[in-house]
Amino acid sequence: MEFIFELLIAFFLIVSGIFGFVGSFGMIKLKDPMSRLHAPTKATTLGVGGVLLASICHSVLIEGHLSLHELLITLFLFLTAPITALFIAKWHIHRHEKPEDLPDAGEDELWATHAVEQVEDVPDHSAN
Amino acid sequence: MELLRRIFPHPQLTILLTLVWLFLANAPSLNSLVFGLILGIIIPFVTQPYWPDRPKLRNWPMVIEYMLVVLWDIVVANVTVAKIILFKRDADRQPNWVCIPLELRTPEAITVLAGTITMTPGTVSCDLSAQGHNLLVHCLDTSDPDAVRDQIKQRYERRLKEIFE
Repeated sequence: MEFIFELLIAFFLIVSGIFGFVGSFGMIKLKDPMSRLHAPTKATTLGVGGVLLASICHSVLIEGHLSLHELLITLFLFLTAPITALFIAKWHIHRHEKPEDLPDAGEDELWATHAVEQVEDVPDHSAN
Repeated sequence: MELLRRIFPHPQLTILLTLVWLFLANAPSLNSLVFGLILGIIIPFVTQPYWPDRPKLRNWPMVIEYMLVVLWDIVVANVTVAKIILFKRDADRQPNWVCIPLELRTPEAITVLAGTITMTPGTVSCDLSAQGHNLLVHCLDTSDPDAVRDQIKQRYERRLKEIFE
């Protein structure tokens, strides 16, 4: 029985390792900044999720007590990760994207980042 | 009833804070339950002025359904995106902006929708239009932005509308 439990825990650890690796590999392979932003979202969902599942399994099945710290870590990650992604994306739009290059914002005409007063002397990095 | 509302201005937050405290303590005991309840009563009471137009959550079964749908989508999307990163040539990838017209008007509901889109691999919510009527989403690889838009509206926005509005 112990063996099956260890197999299950090892499975979750390997899953998290694979997705953590793919997330970091994506940071190197993807070339444009907006696509790079996609890579860490994988590391924070299944990458961390796998470790947390393995940790819950270990404490319940092998140590024999219920541990729910892991649920809190998931909760805090899901609260904070989208905020950082949004901030990086907004920074990118502010510095590198022109209103013409983005899709039409419908009746509001501009996206919120462009609706503030534009600073003219922004260096142009849009080529990278 | 009025007195009860005054002591518990935000009953759901009270329950949430107590639960979070119990999870933090990580060992269920009367001690941590009592202290969690004390925090759960004091914090909503003190922060009450900061919640002027708090939305009412209706339809609790839908909340559970929404969480399960999102978790399932995260697993599926992780595999899809891993395939794109590992096996697709970078030149073949078609990154795209997608504009999602919002039917949701509650700020809290829009926040939840944007967070969900970001946490689902393959899409990142990037900006809101100036008056908050559209959401700008960046898609890692899609040849059909309209399909992405319809899927997000169908799977997430419809359910959030039932939960919040």
